[in-house]
Amino acid sequence: MSDHSQGEIEPFSDPGLPAHVHRRADHDPVAEKRAERQVATLFVISALSTIAFIVSFVGIRSDQYIFLPLFGTTNAQQLALGIFFALALSAIGFGAVHWAKTLMPDTEQVDLRHTMRSAEVDRRELAATFDDGARDSGIGRRSLIKRTLGAALALITISPLILLRDLGPLPRKQLEHTNWQKGSRLITDPGGIALKAADLQVGGVAHVLPELPNGRHQTLDDLTRDAVLVIRLRPEDLHLNAERTNWTHDGIIAFSKLCTHMGCAVGLYEQRTHHLLCPCHQSTFDVTTGASVIFGPAARPLPQLAITVDSEGYLVAQHGFTEAVGPSFWERSV
Amino acid sequence: MSDTQATKSGIDNGAFDFLDERTGIAKALKNNLRKIFPDHWSFMLGEIALYSFIILLLSGTFLTFFFVPSQEEVIYHGSYAPLAGLQMSQAYASTIDMSFDVRGGLLMRQIHHWAALIFLAAMIVHLLRVFFTGAYRKPREFNWLLGIGLLTLGILEGFAGYSLPDDLLSGTGLRIAEAIVQAIPLVGTYLAFFLFGGPFPGHIFISRLYTIHVLLIPAIILALITVHLMLVWFQKHTQYPGPGRTEKNVVGYPLMPVYMAKAGGFFFIVFGITAFLGALFSINPIWLYGPYNPSQISAGSQPDFYMGWLDGLVRMAPNLETHAFGHTISWNILIPALIVPGIFFTGLALFPFLESWVNGDKNEHHLLERPRNAPTRTALGVGGLTFMIVALINGGNDIIATHFGLSINQIMWFSRIGIFLLPVISFLITKRICLGLAHKDRDTVLHGRESGRLVMLPNGEYIEVHEQISADEKWTLTQHKQYDVIAGQTNVDSNGLQRATGIKGRTRRALSKWMYGEQVAKPTTADLEIESGEH
Repeated sequence: MSDHSQGEIEPFSDPGLPAHVHRRADHDPVAEKRAERQVATLFVISALSTIAFIVSFVGIRSDQYIFLPLFGTTNAQQLALGIFFALALSAIGFGAVHWAKTLMPDTEQVDLRHTMRSAEVDRRELAATFDDGARDSGIGRRSLIKRTLGAALALITISPLILLRDLGPLPRKQLEHTNWQKGSRLITDPGGIALKAADLQVGGVAHVLPELPNGRHQTLDDLTRDAVLVIRLRPEDLHLNAERTNWTHDGIIAFSKLCTHMGCAVGLYEQRTHHLLCPCHQSTFDVTTGASVIFGPAARPLPQLAITVDSEGYLVAQHGFTEAVGPSFWERSV
Repeated sequence: MSDTQATKSGIDNGAFDFLDERTGIAKALKNNLRKIFPDHWSFMLGEIALYSFIILLLSGTFLTFFFVPSQEEVIYHGSYAPLAGLQMSQAYASTIDMSFDVRGGLLMRQIHHWAALIFLAAMIVHLLRVFFTGAYRKPREFNWLLGIGLLTLGILEGFAGYSLPDDLLSGTGLRIAEAIVQAIPLVGTYLAFFLFGGPFPGHIFISRLYTIHVLLIPAIILALITVHLMLVWFQKHTQYPGPGRTEKNVVGYPLMPVYMAKAGGFFFIVFGITAFLGALFSINPIWLYGPYNPSQISAGSQPDFYMGWLDGLVRMAPNLETHAFGHTISWNILIPALIVPGIFFTGLALFPFLESWVNGDKNEHHLLERPRNAPTRTALGVGGLTFMIVALINGGNDIIATHFGLSINQIMWFSRIGIFLLPVISFLITKRICLGLAHKDRDTVLHGRESGRLVMLPNGEYIEVHEQISADEKWTLTQHKQYDVIAGQTNVDSNGLQRATGIKGRTRRALSKWMYGEQVAKPTTADLEIESGEH
């Protein structure tokens, strides 16, 4: 039996299908009866489980919680529904598979394969039919029709694309805009309390937003750009140039809270090392050097917000951010 | 055939007449009802993927009856006390409601999420089985491509699904996805604004994502699965080598009744196990995460495992950005999130075509290959898998760091070096292992198996008696096909065709040498004669 294609001489010939190994149920009526009963038992278990499912749905209170060792506290009804549903399903499954494996014939059968390629006569017949059709359409001869149709079909794909234009506004300068401006008070988030310099001890951190005019509250869209972290260090711990030092007040320094990598909130501040860590991709920023990147995939320092105190002692912004906050984008200059 | 008149068939009834007179289905069914399928546990993997997709459709439909895909802000007044009075989106509130105030709602949510994980895991393991056994070879390249498409869509669909509840964790994931879109040069910002209807997060994205998740992607997946299965049907399933199995036949059991019972039963088993997981193992407890707020974050934020490798690549990327002419290119996002995955998946998709171009084999293959008999391919597969595993490990670097008391920087540097080094090392080791196993096979065929019985010869020498293996085993171990390295000198190949020279020809020769230069020749008739002469 050398059906190997490239005419290799195979050292061994196909010994053919191995002899059928009989199962007990094939010749022992007792085993056969037992297998039948096992299958039927599984189906009965399934039916009983469905009844238990219905009883659980009606009979167990929805607000009842029970403690399961290893799993903790869980809702009793959801648990009962799930367990009985799982039992009802898998008992049918195991029953059917057991039936197939013990009682249905397991003698292997052989079918022949045919190459996927159609017979030569069929291919020729198709070719003739196709050519007839193509000739009747005249597409080969009428190149004017062919070209204009091609152009029309190519153009018509533009229409649906144009309709997608109103999915959203054009970006314009929106990504560069925040609500921080000259004189914005720093109010805590959450809480909304205006922050004074004296409220913040050395080593302290506050999550703040700009106070909006007319008592307006920040929407989620605002939060995506306005969130700022204020940290108080000893002034001598800060190593900044003169301009950036001017942006701080008595060791209090403020940064955009949005990671310059992918915009997650840079939420973890390690007081001892003065490091800010982004939990998403572990970009690490050193507060003492103006939130410069010391580890991880972020490429830029967190933008610093220039702050000072007003006449009443409240912390305020000197001016808005001088660069776009959050992740990079193509139009971002700097 | 004469007793068909005598005994009444089980389908001689009004219902079948009704059906057949309107569809003529008897003709189509008569040849297919007892179609033969080969049996092997590894053929079950694709089945698991199919069944978990059906479970996803069923459980997902239930969830749509309660989920409200809206970002409109509401105040929560449901029965989960810790969130009482909190402001949140309707999407989040309705997910909480279905978890606490709908009987079986939490169960269905958890079944749906577990089924999604099983769907993705089954597709990945099925892909590995197909790759390592060479099942993708002609004529099954279309099914390979369909499979890659299904895996890609499955990943997107899973991500879309767990992003819908608008909780703190999934919102953070969406923020990252938006940053990836935004990083695309030239059009990224526009694409992001069009997707989100303005700046992130906007007010419309959850409802758009909902349509994509419940309609667009499932419909495409369903269409692709249909074609995938039709091709399996028409091409007939592959089979492992063994006695009685050849390239020209298919050996197994008939669809009716064996596979109807086995496969049908297996669907119920998969569903049962998924329900069991949903009942006992809490998954995505969004009430603990809280509603999404872009200025908040929870430590240890992790995507589902099928996104973990992508997150791991992003985490380990060097912090490169180009600033020039008033524009920014974020290589730190583009390379790990778009370029490397793009190359990986394209390479995977093209592999069958590359391989058949290198070995020049245009024949159909229905007998699967044992991984050891294709050492370079197997090694390549293990190398690619290692790459993904290193990326996945780095995706959980914060969790690993806190659990094992390691520094996150150490793990990151391990991954940054390991992502280049470990795939190469695992490639080399795997290739050695394959060649070693192939050597062992050859020895077993030629000399038989070590019996463990020591015999002392009259001259005092001890030998171990080798037992001949059975004819069945000999056939199984020598059924594979081997390829020759393309020779370099001549310009005409063995079929008399002019071989491509120049860069293309040289590349092909180099690849051919790389893939087939080192292999264990399977025993030939001549080897056997020498062997029998020796004894």
